[in-house]
Amino acid sequence: MSTTPSTASSPETGTARVKRGMAEQLKGGVIMDVVTPEQARIAEDAGAVAVMALERVPADIRKHGGVARMSDPDMIDGIIAAVSIPVMAKSRIGHVVEAQVLQALGVDYIDESEVLTPADEVNHSDKWAFTTPFVCGATNLGEALRRIAEGAAMIRSKGEAGTGNVVEAVRHLRQIKGEIARLKGLDNNELYAAAKELRAPYELVREVAELGKLPVVLFSAGGVATPADAALMRQLGAEGVFVGSGIFKSGDPAKRAAAIVRATTFFDDPKVIADASRNLGEAMVGINIDTLPESEHYANRGW
Amino acid sequence: MSRPTIGVLALQGDVREHLTALAAADAAAGPVRRPEELAGLDGLVIPGGESTTISKLAVLFGVMEPLRAAIRAGLPVYGSCAGLIMLADKILDPRSGQETFGGIDMIVRRNAFGRQNESFEASVEVAGVEGGPVEGVFIRAPWVESVGAQAQVLAEYGGHIVAVRQGNAMATSFHPELTGDHRVHELFVAAVRAAG
Repeated sequence: MSTTPSTASSPETGTARVKRGMAEQLKGGVIMDVVTPEQARIAEDAGAVAVMALERVPADIRKHGGVARMSDPDMIDGIIAAVSIPVMAKSRIGHVVEAQVLQALGVDYIDESEVLTPADEVNHSDKWAFTTPFVCGATNLGEALRRIAEGAAMIRSKGEAGTGNVVEAVRHLRQIKGEIARLKGLDNNELYAAAKELRAPYELVREVAELGKLPVVLFSAGGVATPADAALMRQLGAEGVFVGSGIFKSGDPAKRAAAIVRATTFFDDPKVIADASRNLGEAMVGINIDTLPESEHYANRGW
Repeated sequence: MSRPTIGVLALQGDVREHLTALAAADAAAGPVRRPEELAGLDGLVIPGGESTTISKLAVLFGVMEPLRAAIRAGLPVYGSCAGLIMLADKILDPRSGQETFGGIDMIVRRNAFGRQNESFEASVEVAGVEGGPVEGVFIRAPWVESVGAQAQVLAEYGGHIVAVRQGNAMATSFHPELTGDHRVHELFVAAVRAAG
């Protein structure tokens, strides 16, 4: 009745189903940026579904300037050892060696991220070549589908990380959802031209038109600072939320983290969100995007 | 009971995939997040997700105790992956304060098959599922270290227990909801019908 090791099929790792399936398990959850094992534990205790290990949160990357790179392996190891939830880490766009190192360290997901300084101005990494799954940012449907074609197993909006301003994440999510809705209304003859316009493979475009959604999980990222921000992104169709600087740049990180988790689960219940929003202390100050020089718009990185 | 009503605990995780699989197995399926939504259910699925998060949210939103009581009273339940952990009477290596609903006399080890790089697919024979092995999708999956006398082992993989049943409670380390093969959900729906 049950299998024994001798009759069991050999296990297959790194399949698309295992990579995309991993992101399915994170749905409805909050993924938090952390820079120390201590912060990782606070995030886990607050109910985070995963943490993003990095050396500086985006707000500090903005402040300090310079080239932002993959984090120190010691720091990533420390965070992996501190928590039992999945640990993600960022590589620069197109920096396949940073991605190889992160895979060797055993991180659960690699974020090929525009928050770090791009290493290649033409090519993103070939993500099919890795066992570790990738999440990538997108500002529109075409960009999302190009990343999926390269092997991304999860998509997030780019937003404008490190600003505490949710406006760009809202724009990106509305754009992606709007373009998906438009595809659903097209007939087969029109999908070829749509693929050309989107600069994305026809097969993926047809799949999205049939499913009415991306073939991978879609999260929101960039600028979420409050429980209401997180709930807004979910109401707009994000299946979960990344929170970067918003938690550990605020007055009471543990409380804010737990509050954002609550609001993400009960995103359609204003009473719960109201309760979650009480007495959280100071939110991160934030930056207005229109005062940000064009060269400092991270969302323009990647293509 | 012709078409049972089965909830999917929707605090966090792959809820939609379970809803789809249950509908395909001829159940009326809907998400459940609040204690009052447990009333009127013929069965409940605990989805895959992060067990530590589901445990915290269950306490926070007051479904931990009502659900424990409902399972003790015989509500049919099925859990995949994190759901298997939530249905275990004991976790070998819990995070501090991590609680479970319980229902199956077994000891589970979280992430026993490894981190994401070790996540895998393999064929698994499941007792009670006709028509050949199912495709087992194991994602940072737990296994069952040992089961009590009341629990029946439904499947093993690599020498480890990966599917268990005890009375009206059923659990798998793997994720049938990700495969499009609905036979494990059909097995659960049949158990729900038999219980009703």
